[in-house]
Amino acid sequence: MSTEQLSDDAPLRARRDDKEGKLAHVGRSVTINRPRHELFAFWRDFQNLPTFMENIEKIEFTGHNRARWTIRAPVGTRVELETEIVDVVEDASISWRSTEDSQIRTEGKVTFTDAPGNRGTIVTADIAYTPPGGDIGRAIAKLFMAEPNIQARHELKRFKMLMEAGEISTPINHRN
Amino acid sequence: MRALTWHGIGDVRVDTVPDPEIINPRDAVLKITSTAICGSDLHLYDGVIPGMKQGDILGHEFMGIVEEVGPKSTLKVGQRVVVPFTISCGHCFFCEQGQFSACDNGNPVENQDASEKLYGHAMGAAFGYSHLTGGYPGGQAEYVRVPYSDVGPIVVPDGIPDEDVLFLSDILPTGWMAAENAGIREGDTVAVWGCGPVGLFAVQSAVLMGAAQVIAIDHHPRRLELAARFGARIINFEDTHVGEALMEMTGGIGPDAVIDAVGMEAHGFAPDNVFDAVKQKVGVGADRGHALRQAILAVRKGGRVSIPGVYGGMLDKWPLGAMMEKGLELRSGQTHVQRYTADLLRRIQEGEIDTTFLISHRLPLDEAPTGYKNFRDNQNEWTKVVLKPH
Repeated sequence: MSTEQLSDDAPLRARRDDKEGKLAHVGRSVTINRPRHELFAFWRDFQNLPTFMENIEKIEFTGHNRARWTIRAPVGTRVELETEIVDVVEDASISWRSTEDSQIRTEGKVTFTDAPGNRGTIVTADIAYTPPGGDIGRAIAKLFMAEPNIQARHELKRFKMLMEAGEISTPINHRN
Repeated sequence: MRALTWHGIGDVRVDTVPDPEIINPRDAVLKITSTAICGSDLHLYDGVIPGMKQGDILGHEFMGIVEEVGPKSTLKVGQRVVVPFTISCGHCFFCEQGQFSACDNGNPVENQDASEKLYGHAMGAAFGYSHLTGGYPGGQAEYVRVPYSDVGPIVVPDGIPDEDVLFLSDILPTGWMAAENAGIREGDTVAVWGCGPVGLFAVQSAVLMGAAQVIAIDHHPRRLELAARFGARIINFEDTHVGEALMEMTGGIGPDAVIDAVGMEAHGFAPDNVFDAVKQKVGVGADRGHALRQAILAVRKGGRVSIPGVYGGMLDKWPLGAMMEKGLELRSGQTHVQRYTADLLRRIQEGEIDTTFLISHRLPLDEAPTGYKNFRDNQNEWTKVVLKPH
Protein backbone atom coordinates (compact mmCIF):
# COMPACT_ATOMS: atom_id res chain seq x y z
CA MET A 1 0.00 0.00 0.00
CA SER A 2 1.83 3.01 -1.21
CA THR A 3 1.66 6.27 0.64
CA GLU A 4 3.45 8.36 -1.94
CA GLN A 5 1.80 11.43 -3.44
CA LEU A 6 -0.55 11.78 -0.50
CA SER A 7 -1.53 15.34 0.31
CA ASP A 8 -1.87 14.75 4.04
CA ASP A 9 -1.18 12.27 6.82
CA ALA A 10 -4.58 10.56 6.80
CA PRO A 11 -4.61 6.87 5.87
CA LEU A 12 -5.71 6.07 2.35
CA ARG A 13 -8.89 4.45 3.61
CA ALA A 14 -10.07 7.82 4.93
CA ARG A 15 -9.56 9.71 1.68
CA ARG A 16 -12.41 10.88 -0.52
CA ASP A 17 -10.96 8.74 -3.27
CA ASP A 18 -10.02 5.53 -1.49
CA LYS A 19 -8.99 3.75 -4.69
CA GLU A 20 -5.51 3.10 -5.92
CA GLY A 21 -5.79 1.71 -9.42
CA LYS A 22 -8.54 -0.89 -9.25
CA LEU A 23 -8.00 -1.55 -5.56
CA ALA A 24 -10.34 0.03 -3.04
CA HIS A 25 -8.76 0.68 0.34
CA VAL A 26 -10.93 0.08 3.39
CA GLY A 27 -10.39 -0.68 7.04
CA ARG A 28 -10.66 0.61 10.54
CA SER A 29 -8.73 1.30 13.71
CA VAL A 30 -9.90 0.35 17.18
CA THR A 31 -8.21 0.85 20.51
CA ILE A 32 -8.39 -2.21 22.71
CA ASN A 33 -7.62 -1.99 26.39
CA ARG A 34 -5.38 -5.09 26.43
CA PRO A 35 -1.64 -5.69 25.94
CA ARG A 36 -0.33 -5.92 22.38
CA HIS A 37 1.14 -9.39 22.77
CA GLU A 38 -2.15 -10.89 23.92
CA LEU A 39 -4.10 -9.44 21.00
CA PHE A 40 -1.49 -10.46 18.46
CA ALA A 41 -1.37 -14.01 19.78
CA PHE A 42 -5.14 -14.38 19.62
CA TRP A 43 -5.30 -13.08 16.05
CA ARG A 44 -2.27 -15.08 14.89
CA ASP A 45 -4.08 -18.28 15.79
CA PHE A 46 -6.40 -18.20 12.78
CA GLN A 47 -8.69 -20.81 14.30
CA ASN A 48 -9.84 -17.97 16.58
CA LEU A 49 -10.93 -15.67 13.77
CA PRO A 50 -14.44 -17.09 13.23
CA THR A 51 -15.25 -16.33 16.90
CA PHE A 52 -15.53 -12.65 16.01
CA MET A 53 -15.68 -12.63 12.19
CA GLU A 54 -19.32 -13.46 11.68
CA ASN A 55 -19.10 -13.21 7.89
CA ILE A 56 -16.72 -16.10 7.64
CA GLU A 57 -18.58 -19.25 6.86
CA LYS A 58 -15.55 -21.50 6.69
CA ILE A 59 -11.74 -21.42 6.84
CA GLU A 60 -9.79 -24.38 5.43
CA PHE A 61 -6.04 -24.52 5.80
CA THR A 62 -4.65 -25.50 2.45
CA GLY A 63 -0.95 -25.45 3.12
CA HIS A 64 1.75 -23.65 5.03
CA ASN A 65 0.43 -20.12 5.61
CA ARG A 66 -2.31 -20.66 3.03
CA ALA A 67 -6.03 -20.70 3.74
CA ARG A 68 -9.25 -20.85 1.77
CA TRP A 69 -11.99 -18.58 3.10
CA THR A 70 -15.69 -18.78 2.38
CA ILE A 71 -17.18 -15.36 3.10
CA ARG A 72 -20.82 -14.33 3.08
CA ALA A 73 -21.58 -11.68 0.46
CA PRO A 74 -24.80 -9.76 -0.38
CA VAL A 75 -28.11 -11.40 -1.23
CA GLY A 76 -27.18 -14.83 0.01
CA THR A 77 -24.14 -15.20 -2.22
CA ARG A 78 -20.65 -16.24 -1.17
CA VAL A 79 -17.16 -15.19 -2.06
CA GLU A 80 -14.36 -17.74 -2.00
CA LEU A 81 -10.92 -16.50 -1.40
CA GLU A 82 -7.51 -18.11 -1.06
CA THR A 83 -4.87 -16.18 0.81
CA GLU A 84 -1.27 -16.59 1.81
CA ILE A 85 0.50 -14.91 4.66
CA VAL A 86 3.28 -12.82 3.21
CA ASP A 87 4.75 -11.31 6.33
CA VAL A 88 4.48 -11.68 10.08
CA VAL A 89 6.23 -9.34 12.48
CA GLU A 90 5.92 -10.82 15.95
CA ASP A 91 3.55 -8.77 18.18
CA ALA A 92 3.31 -6.08 15.49
CA SER A 93 1.67 -7.07 12.20
CA ILE A 94 0.33 -9.79 9.92
CA SER A 95 0.10 -9.23 6.16
CA TRP A 96 -1.65 -11.39 3.61
CA ARG A 97 -2.61 -11.37 -0.04
CA SER A 98 -4.81 -13.40 -2.29
CA THR A 99 -3.23 -16.19 -4.30
CA GLU A 100 -3.35 -16.17 -8.09
CA ASP A 101 -6.25 -18.61 -8.40
CA SER A 102 -8.36 -16.64 -5.93
CA GLN A 103 -11.78 -15.37 -7.07
CA ILE A 104 -11.04 -11.79 -6.00
CA ARG A 105 -7.82 -9.88 -5.66
CA THR A 106 -7.10 -8.58 -2.19
CA GLU A 107 -4.27 -7.74 0.11
CA GLY A 108 -4.34 -6.69 3.69
CA LYS A 109 -2.51 -6.06 6.87
CA VAL A 110 -3.48 -5.98 10.49
CA THR A 111 -1.16 -3.99 12.72
CA PHE A 112 -0.85 -3.86 16.48
CA THR A 113 0.74 -0.78 18.04
CA ASP A 114 0.86 0.48 21.62
CA ALA A 115 -1.74 3.15 22.22
CA PRO A 116 -0.52 6.38 23.83
CA GLY A 117 -1.50 7.09 27.42
CA ASN A 118 -1.60 3.43 28.47
CA ARG A 119 -4.87 2.88 26.66
CA GLY A 120 -3.85 -0.53 25.43
CA THR A 121 -3.29 -1.38 21.78
CA ILE A 122 -4.38 0.22 18.53
CA VAL A 123 -5.43 -2.52 16.14
CA THR A 124 -5.74 -1.43 12.52
CA ALA A 125 -7.01 -3.46 9.62
CA ASP A 126 -6.03 -2.17 6.18
CA ILE A 127 -7.66 -4.05 3.35
CA ALA A 128 -7.28 -3.41 -0.37
CA TYR A 129 -9.57 -5.28 -2.73
CA THR A 130 -11.15 -5.24 -6.15
CA PRO A 131 -14.87 -4.93 -5.52
CA PRO A 132 -16.71 -7.84 -7.19
CA GLY A 133 -19.00 -6.17 -9.73
CA GLY A 134 -16.94 -2.96 -9.68
CA ASP A 135 -18.29 0.24 -8.20
CA ILE A 136 -21.91 -0.85 -8.67
CA GLY A 137 -21.24 -4.13 -6.93
CA ARG A 138 -19.64 -2.20 -4.10
CA ALA A 139 -22.68 0.05 -3.74
CA ILE A 140 -24.98 -2.96 -3.61
CA ALA A 141 -22.77 -4.61 -1.02
CA LYS A 142 -22.98 -1.47 1.14
CA LEU A 143 -26.74 -1.59 0.92
CA PHE A 144 -26.69 -5.10 2.37
CA MET A 145 -24.09 -4.15 5.01
CA ALA A 146 -21.77 -6.73 3.47
CA GLU A 147 -19.21 -4.35 2.06
CA PRO A 148 -15.69 -5.10 3.38
CA ASN A 149 -15.40 -1.71 5.07
CA ILE A 150 -18.57 -2.31 7.08
CA GLN A 151 -17.58 -5.91 7.75
CA ALA A 152 -14.14 -4.82 8.93
CA ARG A 153 -15.68 -2.26 11.27
CA HIS A 154 -18.06 -4.81 12.74
CA GLU A 155 -15.43 -7.49 13.06
CA LEU A 156 -12.90 -5.27 14.79
CA LYS A 157 -15.56 -4.13 17.25
CA ARG A 158 -16.46 -7.76 17.99
CA PHE A 159 -12.76 -8.53 18.47
CA LYS A 160 -12.56 -5.63 20.92
CA MET A 161 -15.61 -6.87 22.86
CA LEU A 162 -14.23 -10.37 23.08
CA MET A 163 -10.80 -9.18 24.26
CA GLU A 164 -12.02 -6.51 26.71
CA ALA A 165 -15.28 -7.88 28.03
CA GLY A 166 -14.64 -11.57 27.41
CA GLU A 167 -17.83 -11.92 25.39
CA ILE A 168 -19.64 -10.39 22.42
CA SER A 169 -22.64 -8.35 23.47
CA THR A 170 -26.06 -9.23 22.12
CA PRO A 171 -29.61 -8.10 22.84
CA ILE A 172 -31.10 -11.53 22.21
CA ASN A 173 -33.02 -12.80 25.18
CA HIS A 174 -33.44 -16.46 24.43
CA ARG A 175 -32.13 -19.03 21.99
CA ASN A 176 -34.91 -19.61 19.44
CA MET B 1 -43.70 -14.35 30.96
CA ARG B 2 -45.73 -11.13 30.99
CA ALA B 3 -44.02 -7.95 29.81
CA LEU B 4 -44.89 -4.37 28.89
CA THR B 5 -44.26 -3.97 25.16
CA TRP B 6 -44.20 -0.99 22.82
CA HIS B 7 -46.42 -1.03 19.74
CA GLY B 8 -46.48 2.58 18.56
CA ILE B 9 -47.14 6.11 19.70
CA GLY B 10 -49.27 6.00 22.83
CA ASP B 11 -49.67 2.24 22.44
CA VAL B 12 -48.07 0.01 25.07
CA ARG B 13 -49.50 -3.39 26.03
CA VAL B 14 -48.83 -6.19 28.44
CA ASP B 15 -48.11 -9.26 26.30
CA THR B 16 -47.00 -12.81 26.91
CA VAL B 17 -43.46 -13.23 25.54
CA PRO B 18 -40.73 -15.91 25.86
CA ASP B 19 -38.80 -16.00 29.16
CA PRO B 20 -35.22 -14.70 29.06
CA GLU B 21 -32.31 -17.12 29.27
CA ILE B 22 -28.60 -16.92 30.05
CA ILE B 23 -26.91 -16.11 26.72
CA ASN B 24 -23.42 -14.87 27.62
CA PRO B 25 -21.11 -16.09 30.41
CA ARG B 26 -21.42 -12.91 32.50
CA ASP B 27 -25.25 -12.84 32.35
CA ALA B 28 -27.74 -13.24 35.16
CA VAL B 29 -31.52 -13.61 34.95
CA LEU B 30 -33.59 -11.79 37.56
CA LYS B 31 -37.10 -12.33 38.81
CA ILE B 32 -38.31 -8.75 39.02
CA THR B 33 -39.78 -7.60 42.31
CA SER B 34 -40.20 -3.87 41.60
CA THR B 35 -39.91 -1.81 38.44
CA ALA B 36 -40.77 1.82 37.72
CA ILE B 37 -41.94 3.90 34.79
CA CYS B 38 -39.36 6.60 34.09
CA GLY B 39 -40.04 10.06 32.70
CA SER B 40 -37.75 9.11 29.82
CA ASP B 41 -40.09 6.17 29.03
CA LEU B 42 -42.65 8.83 28.17
CA HIS B 43 -40.37 10.01 25.32
CA LEU B 44 -40.70 6.47 23.91
CA TYR B 45 -44.44 6.45 24.59
CA ASP B 46 -44.74 9.74 22.69
CA GLY B 47 -42.63 8.39 19.83
CA VAL B 48 -39.98 11.12 19.92
CA ILE B 49 -36.99 8.76 20.32
CA PRO B 50 -35.99 6.97 17.11
CA GLY B 51 -35.10 3.30 16.81
CA MET B 52 -38.10 1.64 18.44
CA LYS B 53 -39.55 -1.60 17.07
CA GLN B 54 -42.94 -3.18 17.68
CA GLY B 55 -42.82 -5.62 20.56
CA ASP B 56 -39.81 -4.05 22.32
CA ILE B 57 -39.98 -4.64 26.07
CA LEU B 58 -39.63 -1.32 27.94
CA GLY B 59 -38.29 -0.54 31.39
CA HIS B 60 -34.87 0.46 32.72
CA GLU B 61 -35.57 1.04 36.41
CA PHE B 62 -35.87 -2.33 38.07
CA MET B 63 -34.69 -4.66 40.80
CA GLY B 64 -35.23 -8.27 41.63
CA ILE B 65 -34.03 -11.61 42.92
CA VAL B 66 -31.26 -13.46 41.09
CA GLU B 67 -32.90 -16.48 39.49
CA GLU B 68 -30.09 -17.89 37.34
CA VAL B 69 -26.44 -17.01 36.68
CA GLY B 70 -23.92 -17.59 33.89
CA PRO B 71 -20.50 -19.13 34.67
CA LYS B 72 -18.75 -15.72 34.85
CA SER B 73 -21.38 -13.93 36.95
CA THR B 74 -20.36 -13.11 40.51
CA LEU B 75 -23.94 -12.97 41.75
CA LYS B 76 -25.56 -15.78 43.68
CA VAL B 77 -29.01 -17.19 43.13
CA GLY B 78 -31.40 -15.68 45.68
CA GLN B 79 -29.57 -12.36 46.11
CA ARG B 80 -31.67 -9.19 45.83
CA VAL B 81 -30.10 -6.62 43.50
CA VAL B 82 -30.75 -3.21 41.92
CA VAL B 83 -29.57 -2.92 38.33
CA PRO B 84 -28.15 0.26 36.72
CA PHE B 85 -30.00 1.20 33.55
CA THR B 86 -26.67 1.56 31.73
CA ILE B 87 -25.23 -1.69 30.41
CA SER B 88 -21.48 -1.35 30.92
CA CYS B 89 -18.71 -3.93 30.47
CA GLY B 90 -16.47 -2.62 33.25
CA HIS B 91 -13.22 -3.15 31.33
CA CYS B 92 -13.02 -0.72 28.41
CA PHE B 93 -11.25 2.65 28.62
CA PHE B 94 -14.48 4.46 29.46
CA CYS B 95 -15.61 2.07 32.19
CA GLU B 96 -12.15 2.23 33.76
CA GLN B 97 -12.50 6.04 33.87
CA GLY B 98 -15.90 5.73 35.53
CA GLN B 99 -17.63 6.96 32.36
CA PHE B 100 -19.88 3.93 32.39
CA SER B 101 -22.62 5.27 30.11
CA ALA B 102 -19.99 5.72 27.39
CA CYS B 103 -19.01 2.02 27.52
CA ASP B 104 -17.67 0.86 24.16
CA ASN B 105 -18.86 -2.72 24.41
CA GLY B 106 -22.40 -2.81 25.79
CA ASN B 107 -24.10 -1.75 22.58
CA PRO B 108 -24.12 -4.71 20.18
CA VAL B 109 -22.14 -4.13 16.98
CA GLU B 110 -25.12 -4.15 14.59
CA ASN B 111 -26.85 -1.51 16.72
CA GLN B 112 -23.84 0.82 16.80
CA ASP B 113 -24.10 1.84 13.14
CA ALA B 114 -27.09 4.16 13.54
CA SER B 115 -25.77 6.27 16.40
CA GLU B 116 -22.27 6.30 14.92
CA LYS B 117 -23.82 8.12 11.94
CA LEU B 118 -26.20 10.23 14.02
CA TYR B 119 -23.85 11.33 16.83
CA GLY B 120 -20.37 10.71 15.40
CA HIS B 121 -19.75 7.93 17.92
CA ALA B 122 -21.75 4.86 18.83
CA MET B 123 -23.84 5.26 21.98
CA GLY B 124 -23.50 3.12 25.04
CA ALA B 125 -26.22 0.62 25.90
CA ALA B 126 -29.27 0.72 28.15
CA PHE B 127 -32.14 -1.58 29.02
CA GLY B 128 -35.44 -1.19 27.19
CA TYR B 129 -34.56 2.04 25.44
CA SER B 130 -34.70 1.75 21.64
CA HIS B 131 -32.31 0.01 19.28
CA LEU B 132 -29.98 3.01 19.25
CA THR B 133 -28.89 1.96 22.73
CA GLY B 134 -28.73 -1.73 21.98
CA GLY B 135 -32.27 -3.02 21.63
CA TYR B 136 -32.02 -4.82 24.97
CA PRO B 137 -35.32 -6.09 26.43
CA GLY B 138 -36.20 -4.01 29.47
CA GLY B 139 -37.35 -4.71 33.00
CA GLN B 140 -41.06 -3.88 33.00
CA ALA B 141 -41.55 -7.61 32.92
CA GLU B 142 -41.62 -10.64 35.17
CA TYR B 143 -38.02 -11.54 34.34
CA VAL B 144 -35.03 -9.85 32.72
CA ARG B 145 -31.66 -10.90 31.37
CA VAL B 146 -28.85 -8.76 32.84
CA PRO B 147 -25.56 -8.69 30.88
CA TYR B 148 -22.25 -8.02 32.72
CA SER B 149 -23.94 -8.98 35.98
CA ASP B 150 -20.53 -9.11 37.70
CA VAL B 151 -20.03 -5.33 37.45
CA GLY B 152 -23.43 -3.58 37.28
CA PRO B 153 -25.93 -4.82 39.85
CA ILE B 154 -25.59 -3.78 43.47
CA VAL B 155 -26.60 -6.26 46.17
CA VAL B 156 -29.17 -4.84 48.60
CA PRO B 157 -28.69 -5.67 52.29
CA ASP B 158 -31.58 -7.45 53.99
CA GLY B 159 -34.12 -5.34 55.81
CA ILE B 160 -34.23 -2.46 53.31
CA PRO B 161 -37.55 -2.31 51.46
CA ASP B 162 -37.44 -2.38 47.62
CA GLU B 163 -38.85 1.11 47.33
CA ASP B 164 -36.04 2.67 49.37
CA VAL B 165 -33.42 1.54 46.86
CA LEU B 166 -35.26 1.01 43.54
CA PHE B 167 -34.32 4.46 42.26
CA LEU B 168 -30.60 3.68 42.49
CA SER B 169 -31.23 2.17 39.04
CA ASP B 170 -31.54 5.58 37.36
CA ILE B 171 -33.27 8.68 38.67
CA LEU B 172 -31.42 9.09 41.98
CA PRO B 173 -27.92 8.86 40.46
CA THR B 174 -29.19 10.93 37.52
CA GLY B 175 -30.34 13.73 39.84
CA TRP B 176 -27.11 13.42 41.81
CA MET B 177 -24.91 13.61 38.69
CA ALA B 178 -26.97 16.57 37.48
CA ALA B 179 -26.06 18.43 40.66
CA GLU B 180 -22.44 17.29 40.42
CA ASN B 181 -22.31 18.55 36.81
CA ALA B 182 -23.55 21.92 38.06
CA GLY B 183 -20.24 22.25 39.95
CA ILE B 184 -21.98 23.54 43.07
CA ARG B 185 -19.91 25.60 45.53
CA GLU B 186 -20.84 26.66 49.06
CA GLY B 187 -23.31 29.50 48.94
CA ASP B 188 -24.42 29.00 45.34
CA THR B 189 -27.90 29.56 44.00
CA VAL B 190 -28.97 26.66 41.81
CA ALA B 191 -32.08 26.76 39.62
CA VAL B 192 -33.69 23.49 38.54
CA TRP B 193 -36.14 23.34 35.62
CA GLY B 194 -38.59 20.45 35.96
CA CYS B 195 -39.80 18.90 39.21
CA GLY B 196 -40.16 15.41 37.86
CA PRO B 197 -38.28 12.62 39.64
CA VAL B 198 -34.86 13.66 38.31
CA GLY B 199 -35.44 17.33 39.09
CA LEU B 200 -36.59 16.51 42.62
CA PHE B 201 -33.52 14.36 43.24
CA ALA B 202 -31.37 17.14 41.78
CA VAL B 203 -32.94 19.54 44.30
CA GLN B 204 -32.13 17.20 47.21
CA SER B 205 -28.61 16.63 45.88
CA ALA B 206 -27.92 20.35 45.37
CA VAL B 207 -28.90 21.04 48.99
CA LEU B 208 -26.62 18.21 50.20
CA MET B 209 -23.76 19.63 48.10
CA GLY B 210 -23.96 22.96 49.88
CA ALA B 211 -26.17 25.20 47.74
CA ALA B 212 -27.42 28.13 49.80
CA GLN B 213 -30.53 28.49 47.68
CA VAL B 214 -32.25 26.09 45.31
CA ILE B 215 -35.02 27.39 43.10
CA ALA B 216 -37.32 24.85 41.45
CA ILE B 217 -39.40 25.65 38.36
CA ASP B 218 -42.47 23.73 37.18
CA HIS B 219 -46.20 24.26 36.62
CA HIS B 220 -47.66 21.33 38.57
CA PRO B 221 -48.54 22.53 42.08
CA ARG B 222 -48.14 19.06 43.61
CA ARG B 223 -44.65 18.65 42.14
CA LEU B 224 -43.62 22.13 43.27
CA GLU B 225 -44.88 21.25 46.74
CA LEU B 226 -42.55 18.22 46.78
CA ALA B 227 -39.63 20.45 45.80
CA ALA B 228 -40.52 22.89 48.58
CA ARG B 229 -40.46 20.00 51.04
CA PHE B 230 -36.71 19.68 50.41
CA GLY B 231 -36.12 23.34 51.03
CA ALA B 232 -36.40 24.67 47.48
CA ARG B 233 -37.99 28.02 46.73
CA ILE B 234 -40.44 27.55 43.90
CA ILE B 235 -41.51 29.28 40.69
CA ASN B 236 -44.68 28.34 38.83
CA PHE B 237 -43.98 29.30 35.23
CA GLU B 238 -47.69 29.63 34.47
CA ASP B 239 -47.97 32.47 36.98
CA THR B 240 -44.54 34.05 36.81
CA HIS B 241 -41.95 35.37 34.33
CA VAL B 242 -39.20 32.89 35.10
CA GLY B 243 -36.21 34.89 33.91
CA GLU B 244 -37.28 38.05 35.71
CA ALA B 245 -38.10 36.12 38.90
CA LEU B 246 -34.68 34.45 38.91
CA MET B 247 -32.93 37.80 38.59
CA GLU B 248 -35.05 39.30 41.37
CA MET B 249 -34.47 36.28 43.65
CA THR B 250 -30.68 36.51 43.23
CA GLY B 251 -30.10 40.22 43.72
CA GLY B 252 -29.80 40.81 40.00
CA ILE B 253 -26.99 38.30 39.50
CA GLY B 254 -28.81 35.24 38.19
CA PRO B 255 -28.34 31.65 39.40
CA ASP B 256 -24.74 30.40 39.61
CA ALA B 257 -25.79 27.10 38.09
CA VAL B 258 -28.84 25.90 36.20
CA ILE B 259 -30.09 22.35 35.72
CA ASP B 260 -32.40 21.39 32.83
CA ALA B 261 -34.29 18.35 34.12
CA VAL B 262 -36.99 18.75 31.48
CA GLY B 263 -35.42 17.64 28.21
CA MET B 264 -36.83 17.32 24.75
CA GLU B 265 -40.54 17.65 25.48
CA ALA B 266 -40.66 21.03 27.19
CA HIS B 267 -44.08 22.55 27.82
CA GLY B 268 -45.16 26.14 27.70
CA PHE B 269 -46.77 28.53 25.29
CA ALA B 270 -43.73 30.57 24.26
CA PRO B 271 -43.29 31.21 20.51
CA ASP B 272 -40.08 29.16 20.24
CA ASN B 273 -41.78 26.21 21.88
CA VAL B 274 -44.87 26.27 19.71
CA PHE B 275 -42.63 26.26 16.65
CA ASP B 276 -40.54 23.35 18.04
CA ALA B 277 -43.67 21.38 18.94
CA VAL B 278 -44.98 21.64 15.40
CA LYS B 279 -41.63 20.49 13.99
CA GLN B 280 -41.52 17.57 16.41
CA LYS B 281 -45.05 16.56 15.42
CA VAL B 282 -44.28 16.49 11.72
CA GLY B 283 -40.88 14.92 12.28
CA VAL B 284 -38.55 17.63 10.96
CA GLY B 285 -37.10 18.52 14.35
CA ALA B 286 -36.54 16.08 17.19
CA ASP B 287 -36.07 18.31 20.19
CA ARG B 288 -38.12 20.95 21.93
CA GLY B 289 -35.77 23.04 23.97
CA HIS B 290 -37.73 25.84 25.59
CA ALA B 291 -36.61 25.07 29.15
CA LEU B 292 -32.96 24.81 28.13
CA ARG B 293 -33.01 28.11 26.25
CA GLN B 294 -34.61 29.81 29.24
CA ALA B 295 -31.99 28.31 31.56
CA ILE B 296 -29.10 29.51 29.40
CA LEU B 297 -30.48 33.04 29.34
CA ALA B 298 -31.12 33.02 33.09
CA VAL B 299 -27.78 31.70 34.37
CA ARG B 300 -25.28 34.28 35.59
CA LYS B 301 -22.20 35.31 33.61
CA GLY B 302 -19.52 32.63 33.93
CA GLY B 303 -22.16 30.24 35.29
CA ARG B 304 -22.66 26.53 34.83
CA VAL B 305 -25.29 24.66 32.80
CA SER B 306 -26.06 21.03 33.64
CA ILE B 307 -28.31 19.03 31.31
CA PRO B 308 -29.62 15.71 32.66
CA GLY B 309 -32.77 16.09 30.53
CA VAL B 310 -32.93 13.73 27.57
CA TYR B 311 -32.37 15.08 24.06
CA GLY B 312 -32.20 12.88 20.99
CA GLY B 313 -31.66 14.91 17.89
CA MET B 314 -31.12 18.41 16.63
CA LEU B 315 -32.13 21.60 18.35
CA ASP B 316 -32.19 24.92 16.61
CA LYS B 317 -32.46 28.45 17.99
CA TRP B 318 -29.65 27.33 20.29
CA PRO B 319 -28.46 30.46 22.15
CA LEU B 320 -24.83 29.84 21.38
CA GLY B 321 -24.15 33.58 21.48
CA ALA B 322 -25.29 33.72 25.10
CA MET B 323 -23.10 30.75 25.96
CA MET B 324 -20.05 32.33 24.39
CA GLU B 325 -20.55 35.91 25.46
CA LYS B 326 -21.43 34.99 29.06
CA GLY B 327 -18.63 32.42 29.23
CA LEU B 328 -20.76 29.49 30.36
CA GLU B 329 -19.67 25.95 31.15
CA LEU B 330 -21.93 23.14 29.99
CA ARG B 331 -21.99 19.52 31.14
CA SER B 332 -24.39 16.80 30.15
CA GLY B 333 -24.65 13.09 29.50
CA GLN B 334 -26.36 9.86 30.29
CA THR B 335 -25.71 8.93 33.89
CA HIS B 336 -22.63 6.93 34.86
CA VAL B 337 -24.86 5.00 37.27
CA GLN B 338 -22.26 2.47 38.44
CA ARG B 339 -20.07 5.35 39.66
CA TYR B 340 -22.64 6.45 42.24
CA THR B 341 -24.61 3.43 43.44
CA ALA B 342 -22.47 2.42 46.44
CA ASP B 343 -22.22 5.95 47.84
CA LEU B 344 -25.91 6.67 47.32
CA LEU B 345 -26.93 3.36 48.90
CA ARG B 346 -25.00 4.42 52.01
CA ARG B 347 -26.72 7.83 52.02
CA ILE B 348 -30.12 6.12 51.78
CA GLN B 349 -29.23 3.78 54.66
CA GLU B 350 -28.10 6.71 56.79
CA GLY B 351 -31.34 8.58 56.10
CA GLU B 352 -29.58 11.41 54.27
CA ILE B 353 -31.64 11.01 51.10
CA ASP B 354 -35.38 10.37 50.98
CA THR B 355 -36.43 8.25 48.01
CA THR B 356 -39.93 7.02 48.73
CA PHE B 357 -41.62 10.45 48.90
CA LEU B 358 -41.84 10.38 45.13
CA ILE B 359 -44.03 7.32 44.68
CA SER B 360 -47.65 8.23 44.11
CA HIS B 361 -48.96 4.98 42.62
CA ARG B 362 -48.26 1.27 42.88
CA LEU B 363 -49.80 -0.98 40.22
CA PRO B 364 -49.62 -4.62 39.16
CA LEU B 365 -47.71 -5.08 35.88
CA ASP B 366 -50.94 -5.77 33.98
CA GLU B 367 -52.07 -2.20 34.68
CA ALA B 368 -48.86 -0.66 33.35
CA PRO B 369 -50.60 0.90 30.29
CA THR B 370 -52.86 2.85 32.67
CA GLY B 371 -49.74 3.93 34.53
CA TYR B 372 -48.15 5.25 31.33
CA LYS B 373 -51.25 7.18 30.35
CA ASN B 374 -51.67 8.86 33.71
CA PHE B 375 -47.96 9.52 34.28
CA ARG B 376 -48.06 11.48 31.01
CA ASP B 377 -51.50 13.08 31.17
CA ASN B 378 -51.99 13.64 34.86
CA GLN B 379 -48.54 14.73 35.97
CA ASN B 380 -49.72 16.71 38.94
CA GLU B 381 -50.99 13.66 40.86
CA TRP B 382 -49.02 10.86 39.18
CA THR B 383 -45.47 11.70 40.29
CA LYS B 384 -43.99 8.20 40.10
CA VAL B 385 -45.43 4.77 39.27
CA VAL B 386 -43.97 1.55 40.66
CA LEU B 387 -45.05 -1.72 39.04
CA LYS B 388 -45.18 -5.04 40.84
CA PRO B 389 -44.85 -7.90 38.34
CA HIS B 390 -45.37 -10.78 40.80
